[in-house]
Amino acid sequence: MKKTEYIKLIDTTKCTACRGCQVACKQWNEMPAMRTRNFGSYQNPPDLQWNTWTLIRFQEHVDKNGDFKWLFRKDGCMHCTEAACIKVCPSGALYHTEYGTVGINQKLCIGCKACISACPFDIPRFNQQTEKIYKCDLCYDRLKDGQQPACALSCPTGAITVGEREAMIDKAYGRLDQLEGKGIVYGDKFVGGTHVMYILSEDPAVYDKLPVKPRIPASVILWKNLFKPFTLIGMGAVAGMAALHYLIKGPHEVHENKEGDE
Amino acid sequence: MTNHYIDLKNSDVILIMGSNAAEHHPLAFKWIMRAKDAGARVIHVDPRYTRTSARCDYHVPIRSGTDIAFLGGMIKYIIEGNKFFRDYVVNYTNASFLVNPDFSFEDGLFSGYDAQKRSYNKETWTFQKDGNGIPLKDPTLKHPQCVFQLLKQHYSRYTLDKVSSITGVSKENLLKVYEEYSATGAPDKAGTECYALGWTHHTSGSQNIRTMSIIQLLLGNMGIAGGGINALRGEPNVQGSTDHCILYGNLPGYLKMPTASLATLEQYLTKNTPTSSDPQSANYYQNYPNFFVSWLKSLYGDAATPENGFGYSWLPKLEDGKHYSQLHLFDRMYEGAIKGLFAYGTDPAVSSPNTKKTRKALEKLDWLVCANIFDNETASFWFGPGVDPKQVKTEVFLLPAAATMEKEGSQSNSGRWVQWKYKAVTPPGDAISCGDIQIRMMDAIKALYAKEGGPSAEPILNLKWNYKDIDGNMDVLKVSKQINGYWEADVEVTENGAKKIMNKGGLVPTFGMLRSDGTTSCGNWIMSGSFGADGENKMARRGKEDPTGLGLYPNWSFVWPVNRRIIYNRASCDINGKPYNPKRNILEWKDGKWVGDVPDGPWPPMADKEKGKYPFIMKVDGVASLFGPAMAEGPFPEHYEPLEGPLAKNPLSSQLINPTIELFSSDLDQVANASDKFPYVCTTYSCTEHWCSGALTRWQAWLLEMQPELYVEISEELARELEIANGSKVKVSSARGEAACIAMVTKRFKPFTIEGRTVHQVGLPFNYGWLYPEDGSDSTNFLTPTVGDANTFCPEYKAFMVNVTRR
Repeated sequence: MKKTEYIKLIDTTKCTACRGCQVACKQWNEMPAMRTRNFGSYQNPPDLQWNTWTLIRFQEHVDKNGDFKWLFRKDGCMHCTEAACIKVCPSGALYHTEYGTVGINQKLCIGCKACISACPFDIPRFNQQTEKIYKCDLCYDRLKDGQQPACALSCPTGAITVGEREAMIDKAYGRLDQLEGKGIVYGDKFVGGTHVMYILSEDPAVYDKLPVKPRIPASVILWKNLFKPFTLIGMGAVAGMAALHYLIKGPHEVHENKEGDE
Repeated sequence: MTNHYIDLKNSDVILIMGSNAAEHHPLAFKWIMRAKDAGARVIHVDPRYTRTSARCDYHVPIRSGTDIAFLGGMIKYIIEGNKFFRDYVVNYTNASFLVNPDFSFEDGLFSGYDAQKRSYNKETWTFQKDGNGIPLKDPTLKHPQCVFQLLKQHYSRYTLDKVSSITGVSKENLLKVYEEYSATGAPDKAGTECYALGWTHHTSGSQNIRTMSIIQLLLGNMGIAGGGINALRGEPNVQGSTDHCILYGNLPGYLKMPTASLATLEQYLTKNTPTSSDPQSANYYQNYPNFFVSWLKSLYGDAATPENGFGYSWLPKLEDGKHYSQLHLFDRMYEGAIKGLFAYGTDPAVSSPNTKKTRKALEKLDWLVCANIFDNETASFWFGPGVDPKQVKTEVFLLPAAATMEKEGSQSNSGRWVQWKYKAVTPPGDAISCGDIQIRMMDAIKALYAKEGGPSAEPILNLKWNYKDIDGNMDVLKVSKQINGYWEADVEVTENGAKKIMNKGGLVPTFGMLRSDGTTSCGNWIMSGSFGADGENKMARRGKEDPTGLGLYPNWSFVWPVNRRIIYNRASCDINGKPYNPKRNILEWKDGKWVGDVPDGPWPPMADKEKGKYPFIMKVDGVASLFGPAMAEGPFPEHYEPLEGPLAKNPLSSQLINPTIELFSSDLDQVANASDKFPYVCTTYSCTEHWCSGALTRWQAWLLEMQPELYVEISEELARELEIANGSKVKVSSARGEAACIAMVTKRFKPFTIEGRTVHQVGLPFNYGWLYPEDGSDSTNFLTPTVGDANTFCPEYKAFMVNVTRR
């Protein structure tokens, strides 16, 4: 099957942080809300959750010229071409779809959390009740039906658009011309190219929780080459992997907002 | 809006001031983004850096309540720097008119002030006229008594130093905005202004908008593509509700509510029908009797006859000099003078100013009827915080209402587009539309009056009330057609030179055909033409043709008046009818007719001295008002401090506050100006995630998750001073009450330097109430004062004084 690769382009220079995307995502995917508290920010929930697959991050920033900027970045799965999560997933729950995006089949997920430590963007989230992993699948069901993802459909300013890979890369660089150089394209230069790209107004290092040079962790490469061929033999390998991971990366960092909270 | 949302894309400079457009009009904002992508400058002037500021070219912070000072400085800059569009100003405004020599302005007061009544006798606010009653003019604009010279003199006091000291805006920023905006005075440039509640929610609200109107006229920005004064109204269907007279002083289509002293129809019509002696002034409101009598006919049908003044005597009348705004309503209620209240689709226990007074007032009612899709703090006031249900005598009814998607009808957007929508789903349970509630209630009232009679039975019994379908429910098309208007008799008319009979019972095709002899009926004259004579519902039209390429979309929906997309569009052309800006040609006089948008009247342009008319046809003199004597405060806007502010003295005059605002004096109307106890300027607003009082959105878990509870935004500087940490619990208090909330410490508020000293400003949303969520805090309006604009009584929600403490 010939793949039609899709890319979602998030143009932060057009985003008004209305968060229509954040709600549309929950609505389409039937994800419940949590009772949050205001912690001194518009950003809420404070981080991605098993039930929050896309989140607008609000960030107050003073640039080198002393100019104040309020930065909005829609965070969520980047849908890597060289996807660490797929490489480590022992059960086949995470996979590349025909659109080049990273799909998730929860029926196959065994809750090993390998993807959580592998992901260079810190995206997958674990639900303690269902003991499964959750994340954006770029509305695979909608794409299959010829429709754009819910977030893109909800976006009033055209900050989120989806289209075929080459066209979107052209669009991204075309936008840079329009911005007269005051922008950066993020996403096409690492992990084989992501299927979510950004137009950023600032240097990537400025943004909260955005890696400047994302790459697949060494442990994942090791895992893939040494152990993954044996995964089908049994779950013992999963334990092996976890042990290896522990040796290399140390204990898994618990996310600030406990998984499974509702 | 004089223009419409899509037209924002045609602008060269967009000044967003008094609005947080990106947060409150997220869909409309895309047209502003389109303008920006096409090279427009987008400027945000606002006390707080918001999500709107983030997408503008730059943000200029300003102290709440000082917009007139800011804009007055711009008028001075435009006039003294010769940046105005002379041709436009001379021909299309009253700049050249000579003002009554007895008119004066001194130390903050215009001539005719009565301190006792806190109002003006306006007899000197007039023009000098020739023997024929036509205003005297000096087209050179040099006569010392002409409007232009008086305007220049008035704003000469608004120097950069003075304005900067009042507003807290740096001189550098003032000049930057003045220079960029006044560049739109060129004939081929368009500047537009977007405002919303940030301008109306002030004791100087109407005059804020007037000041900008003066700027737009000086720059020739009215009536053109990409120009205008654009009130961004919103989700609450503010446009539609005001068109259909939600304001107490109005009847449908902005006709005037009669007062008690106008005892007869003739007296009423004489008072409200303007006359002009100038043959070139269309003075379109000379048709007032046609609109008003047709409205009476829609109300009383066959019972309205020439003999009984078409039922004029059955109308309720306002007492002369009395006002009936929401402020007055709750003031009178608090006094115990009001027995019952209908509160439909509203939550005044959260949204009205001075919550303590509002809630106490509700306790004085005998009965309260609410109709809403959810319960709210108003319907449940009787068991709210601090209220003992045993002590409350008020009987409360909460009627379940259908939501907007559960009913068919029209919705009007800010651009006056009246768009038909269809019912998507059936309302749940016992919920019915508010229209159906009214139908059933009035049926019952009529039956009672028919059976028992009573005082004032005639208006009830004679009310035309045939709006039901075969199932006995409201037939919204029947209502809409009556709003459009019917022929009440066979009438011969002349159309395109040919005589034609219009049959009784047919739909009136346009308000130009409405008559004052009882042969037409029309529920709202501006909506006449929303149906074609053939019965076509023009509000349901969805044609996407764009013949001008400027986004007028003439075949999409119906736009009042008469499908005109840009009001005052004849002013986009010179006096010969040639467009000032051929690149954005919305209208042109070609081969003896207007081509483009629906023009403001068919007459030739004004250079034709015989048949031509001036462009501002709704104004009695045919031109726009730089000198505006209709305003309560004076013909030229003047800066006054808010009722509560940081200053003990107005830097511009001895008049500290607007001399014409009404002051309320109950024991719960406490005021603390320039007080050490309440040292910080405070403003209130909504947020994208909630809708007004939050009465609808707080129940929506996904929205509540994003904005879960009340917060106060304060600067890092003030937070340091008060040792308040971001995210900590604080209390905001005013002379009237307090609000518990979370501190959001931000770089988006900055301290101002006002009259040489540091003044801090803070701000809170007003989206929360005690009912739900239980732990999300209560109404912000415990803080706000009962005071409003002198013309409209729109409450002052945007500038008052508070203190902030840790809790």
